[in-house]
Amino acid sequence: MKEEIIIAGFGGQGVLSMGKILAYAALSDNLEVTWMPSYGPEQRGGTANVTVILSDSKISSPVLDTFDTAVILNQQSLDKFENKIKAGGTLIYDSYGIHRPPVRTDIKIYRVDAMEATFDMNNAKTYNMIVLGALLKIRNVVPVESVMDGLRKVLPERHHSLLDLNRQAITKGMQLVE
Amino acid sequence: MEEVRLMKGNEAIAHAAVRYGVDGYFGYPITPQSEVLETLEALMPWETTGMVVLQAESEVAAINMVYGGAATGKAVMTSSSSPGISLMAEGLSYIAAGELPALVVNVMRGGPGLGTIHPSQADYFQATKGGGHGDYHFIVLAPSTVQEMADFVGLGFDLAFKYRTPAMILADGIVGQMMEKVVLPKPRPRRSDKEIARQCPWAVTGKPDSRKQNILTTLELDSYKMEENNLRYQETYSIIKRDEVRCEECYTDDAEYLMVAFGSMARICLKAIEDARGNGIKVGLVRPITLWPFPTENIERLSRRVKGILVVELNAGQMIEDVRMAAMGRIPVAHFGRLGGIVPNPQEVLDAFKERILK
Repeated sequence: MKEEIIIAGFGGQGVLSMGKILAYAALSDNLEVTWMPSYGPEQRGGTANVTVILSDSKISSPVLDTFDTAVILNQQSLDKFENKIKAGGTLIYDSYGIHRPPVRTDIKIYRVDAMEATFDMNNAKTYNMIVLGALLKIRNVVPVESVMDGLRKVLPERHHSLLDLNRQAITKGMQLVE
Repeated sequence: MEEVRLMKGNEAIAHAAVRYGVDGYFGYPITPQSEVLETLEALMPWETTGMVVLQAESEVAAINMVYGGAATGKAVMTSSSSPGISLMAEGLSYIAAGELPALVVNVMRGGPGLGTIHPSQADYFQATKGGGHGDYHFIVLAPSTVQEMADFVGLGFDLAFKYRTPAMILADGIVGQMMEKVVLPKPRPRRSDKEIARQCPWAVTGKPDSRKQNILTTLELDSYKMEENNLRYQETYSIIKRDEVRCEECYTDDAEYLMVAFGSMARICLKAIEDARGNGIKVGLVRPITLWPFPTENIERLSRRVKGILVVELNAGQMIEDVRMAAMGRIPVAHFGRLGGIVPNPQEVLDAFKERILK
């Protein structure tokens, strides 16, 4: 098993954290994992992306040119990465702010309106966990329980009261996928 | 079994330093290695092992604190990124001239000048051929995984103390910033003053009645004596060259072609090589782990039976000079690199290999 994932969007959308939680989930699952961020001033806006590779064998390059799965959260990232998905691969995107939707026909495309779902959740900060829920439903790379394990490691203990909210957001994201 | 953790390369260096029993870290923040200092501040080792962690007022101050600490036989280190290492150049030369053990970490970014914060390997010449003035060398270790970031802290100090010479970890923004699994070295206590006195009889720790005064100086106005000093440094370097070369070879047994790359670039090459082998092209990888001393013999040996070598670096062609010297004109040696913080992907490397070597 090997899954090469790119998650891309605006800085502040929780792109890097989402990748980190996925990476920690893979650790709980005894998978090999690399997490390679586009680092820099993106925390304050601009585009941010992270490459996460999960594998049951040793990972060579943490830097890739094509991906099995792309999780795309803004137009710039869609423009940049749509053509870098392997044929037969998966594109998951949030339609919020997208004015040129994806056009490829040789990949599986899922539109997940996660931004809209944050309004139902009454909490914009649940955004990346809703997206992660959708990803897990579509590409079952790690079990939800491993993700919860990952969250427990990523979140400082003083924020562990938020674990339930995160689980609800993941469930919400799973429900968004038909 | 030791716990498997997930962390950035920079964080692994900080954890490994505390666990090795380092006495002092002196540094100044700079992207992409600021997590080393940040992690040390978060770990607060001064409350556990007694390790000093100090944010100096500048890189110049930091390296001179390392110089002073090393002179007392303490295990001391600093970390920085390319422009910061340039600021330290004078101190590095003095530490080498003083025959002092110390660990310097350079998590390279694109230059020259203030450059960019993105990954680069453009400090190969600076690290392996000098950087500061005078005939000196560092032992230069090039990690390609987060595990090696952790492991090379201990290895670097062990070698530095064994040979009384500074060691450098020459990493890049990729291996500093990426997270992957790591098993940290077992914690061990810092050395006591007695142990330091036994291990470092040369250290300037205050003169007891039992020995003569120790004097450490890099100034020697009698040129005959200064030549003797230089010959002594060179003697040490020749032993290091003989005994401390480290190198990894992958798929070289049946290789018809070679790629030579270090650090994270070697991993990108490995993926390109796996893809090439999927298409029946037999490429092997030589990954120098010590950049100085350079694994000349590995390349010399392989250059007698492969048809061509592609050297892949995040620079305009630096390590290729050492590879060419090892290959001695026997076979074509070409270069592929991206500059200024751009990292090529495996496909670009494979395309370059086909264009420049396979033809």
